[in-house]
Amino acid sequence: MSIDGLQQHELQERWLIRGATLPDGTSTDIRLDGRGITELGIGLSQSGASVIDAEGLIALPGLVDLHAHLREPGYEHSETVLSGSRAAARGGFTSVFAMANTLPAQDTAGVVEQVLALGESAGYVDVQPIGAVTVGLAGKQLAELGAMASSKARVRVFSDDGFCVSDPLLMRRALEYVKAFDGVIAQHSQEPRLTENAQMNEGALSGELGLVGWPAVAEESIIARDVLLAEHVGSRLHVCHVSTAGSVDVIRWAKARGINVTAEVTPHHLLLTEDLVRGYDARFKVNPPLRSREDVQALRAGLADGTIDIVATDHAPHPVESKDCEWDAAANGMVGLESALSVVHAAVVATGLLDWADIERVLSRTPARIGRLVGQGNPIAVGSPAELTLYDPAATRVFGREDLAGTSTNSPYLSMTLPGEVRATFHRGYPTVLDGVVRSSLEIADQASGVVVHG
Amino acid sequence: MRHLLSTKDLSRDEAINLLDIAEDMADVAEREVKKLPTLRGKTVVNLFFEDSTRTRISFEAAAKRLSADVINFSAKGSSVSKGESLKDTAQTLAAIGADGVVIRHPASGAPAVLAASGWIDAGIINAGDGTHEHPTQALLDAFTIRRRIHGQASRGTGLDGVSVTIVGDVLHSRVARSNLWLLTTLGADVTFVAPPTLLPSDTSLWPARFSFDLDDAIDAGPDVVMMLRIQTERMHAAFFPSSREYSRVWGLDDARFRRLGPASIVMHPGPMNRGLEISSAAADSANSTVLEQVTNGVSVRMAALYLLLSGDRKESKNVD
Repeated sequence: MSIDGLQQHELQERWLIRGATLPDGTSTDIRLDGRGITELGIGLSQSGASVIDAEGLIALPGLVDLHAHLREPGYEHSETVLSGSRAAARGGFTSVFAMANTLPAQDTAGVVEQVLALGESAGYVDVQPIGAVTVGLAGKQLAELGAMASSKARVRVFSDDGFCVSDPLLMRRALEYVKAFDGVIAQHSQEPRLTENAQMNEGALSGELGLVGWPAVAEESIIARDVLLAEHVGSRLHVCHVSTAGSVDVIRWAKARGINVTAEVTPHHLLLTEDLVRGYDARFKVNPPLRSREDVQALRAGLADGTIDIVATDHAPHPVESKDCEWDAAANGMVGLESALSVVHAAVVATGLLDWADIERVLSRTPARIGRLVGQGNPIAVGSPAELTLYDPAATRVFGREDLAGTSTNSPYLSMTLPGEVRATFHRGYPTVLDGVVRSSLEIADQASGVVVHG
Repeated sequence: MRHLLSTKDLSRDEAINLLDIAEDMADVAEREVKKLPTLRGKTVVNLFFEDSTRTRISFEAAAKRLSADVINFSAKGSSVSKGESLKDTAQTLAAIGADGVVIRHPASGAPAVLAASGWIDAGIINAGDGTHEHPTQALLDAFTIRRRIHGQASRGTGLDGVSVTIVGDVLHSRVARSNLWLLTTLGADVTFVAPPTLLPSDTSLWPARFSFDLDDAIDAGPDVVMMLRIQTERMHAAFFPSSREYSRVWGLDDARFRRLGPASIVMHPGPMNRGLEISSAAADSANSTVLEQVTNGVSVRMAALYLLLSGDRKESKNVD
C-alpha cells in the first residue's frame, strides 16, 4: 500500500553492497532498492544507502527452489507458508515452488490462490504454487489444470509429487493437456507395484538390514516411459528428484534424442549415501531413498555435464514424532531449504565439478525458467529485480538447530560440518536475512505490504 | 555386554563365551531344582509387538530360572494397538523400573532404535525384529550344532569347518541373517539354497555360498541342513507359483532326507509346516534337533540375560 501518494520504492530503504564477488569471479559494488538493481561498479556512492560490506562474499541471484513442501493448508504442525518462507530465506532463496500435497490438495484454483496469498503476506519469498495433476493426488482423474493455470497463481508446474502418475494413459493426457498453456508435468518417478512398502535403496545393505528394498529400476522404468510419452505427444516433462545412475543414463539418452525433458537432483542425493541407514536413524529416511556411492557419483557427474538441469531441495518438514520412532513407522523426508547451498557447495563445488556460475544456473536461472517464473532467476545486472543472496564460501560451521528457521527440525545434517553460510538475502529490494539472521516476520510482512520500517 | 541386538556385532570370543555360559545353564536344567538366584530382584519385560508364544515362553522360562521377575507385555490389545508409540511404551517400561527388555517387533531395527534412543536405560535383547535378525535363535542353533558335534567337549570350541546349508525363504528370514553372521564367525561354511525370488537381490556382502538347486546341495553332503519356515502368503505375492511346486523343488522330502549322511543334522526353527518345507520322516528322525533346539533355547536365553543383567549395569555401560 502506498502512503500519501508516494511510490513504494521512494519509501523503501536503499542498499549498497560493497565489494561482492559475482558468480563469474569479478568484483563489484551493487546498489539496489525496491525498484531493482540500480547500479553496478567499483566505488559506487553510498549516499542515502545502508552499506553492507561484502568483501569475500559471493553474490548470487536469489535462489529458486522448484520443489518444496510448505504443508499449508492442512499440515501446519509441520510447516506453514510463513515458516517455510523463513527457512527458504535463511537458505538464500527468494522463490519457492510449493508442492501440491497439502490438505486440501492444491488441485483447484481456490487452493492455489490461497497459497499464493499466504506467500504474499508472509513476504520472505515468492511462493509459487504447484498444481496437482490429479484430483486429490489420487491418480484417477485430471485436476482442473486450466483453471489453475489461468488463476491468479498462474500455475505452470503440475505434480502429484509424493505419488507417481503411474497410469500411462493419464500421464499421456496430462502431458498433452498442459501444452495449451506451456505447462510442465513434474513427475515423481516411482513405479508403485515395484516399491510396495519400500523402506530403503535395494541393494546389499537392504538385504543385510532386513528393510524392504526400493529398487533403482522402479524409478528408471517410469522415467523411460515418460520421456517416450513426452516425445510422442511433443510435450514438456520435468523429472523430480533423480536418484540413480541409471536414471541419469536414461535422461542423457532422452536429451540426446531431442526430447523436451528437464531433471532435478536434491542436495541430499548429491551428498549422502545409504550407509547412513545402518543405525536405523529415521532422519535419513527419505523418498526416493539415499542411494549408493556410485549413484551419488553419477548424479554429480550428471549435474556437471548438464544432463541434470537443476538442484531442488524436496524440503519435507515433519514433526518430531514422525521421526522419533522405528524405521518402518517413520515418515519419508528431510528439511533442506536452510542447508541446500552449503550441501551443494560441499558436494559439487568443493569437489571442483561446478563453479559459482554453474550454481547460479542450477539453483536460480534454470529452475525459474522451467517453472516459467518471471521476476526470478535473472542475472545480477542493472534493471534486474532486486533478488539476491550473499554467501560466505570461506565459512565453516557445525550445522545445528540454530541454523534451521522453519517449524520442523528433521534435518539429516545436524552436527555435520558444512562449508559456507548465507550472510544476507534480498527479496524485492529488502533484506529478509541480514548478518546471517532471519529478520522478524512482522518486519518482513510490513515491508511486503509497503510500510516503511525504521531502525 | 550391554545389549544383544544382532549376531553381526558379536566377536568369536564373545559368542563362544555366551555358548559356554549356556552350557552351564543347561547343567542347571538337569538338577532337581532348576533355578538360580542370579537375577533375584531384577525385572525383565517381554515386550512383544508380534505374537510369538514359543519365543516368549522360552524367554519367560529363562528369566524365571534366573529368579528374575517377569512382566509379559503383549502389544496386541493394549494401548499400543490404540496408537501408542514405541517411545511412550519404552518410557513407560523405564518408569516401571525394567532392568531388561526382550523385544519382538515387526519393524527391522526397532531394538536398535530402542537401545540408541535414551528412552530407557534397560538392557535390550532382540527377540526378532522384522526381517533383520533373531540373535538368540542363531545362538541356540549354534549351541545345538556344537553339542551334537562335540558333545561333552563343547566348551571353548567353535564350529570350524562345519558345513551348514540353510534352505528356504532367506529374503524374509531373520533366522537366516542371524545364523549367517554367527555361524561364519564361529568358523562354519554357510550355503543358502532358495528360489531366486526368496534371496536378497544383492548378496555380495554375505560371506556365504548361494544355490538354487537343493538336490546339488544335499548331494554335497552338508553336516547340517536347516529348513526355514515358508509362509504360504508369500505365494500370493508371486514369490513362487504354488505350495505344491515349492514343496517339490525346495522341500526336504523323504527322498532328499534319505540321501543325507547318517550323522547329518536336520534343523528347523519352528513352527514347522510338515509336508511343505519338511517331511514328517525328516522332522521326527534321530537326525532332527527340532526339540533339542527348543530345550537349548532356554539355556542360551538364560546366558544372554545373565550377561546383560547380572552385576552393575552402570559399570558395563562404560565398557560398551
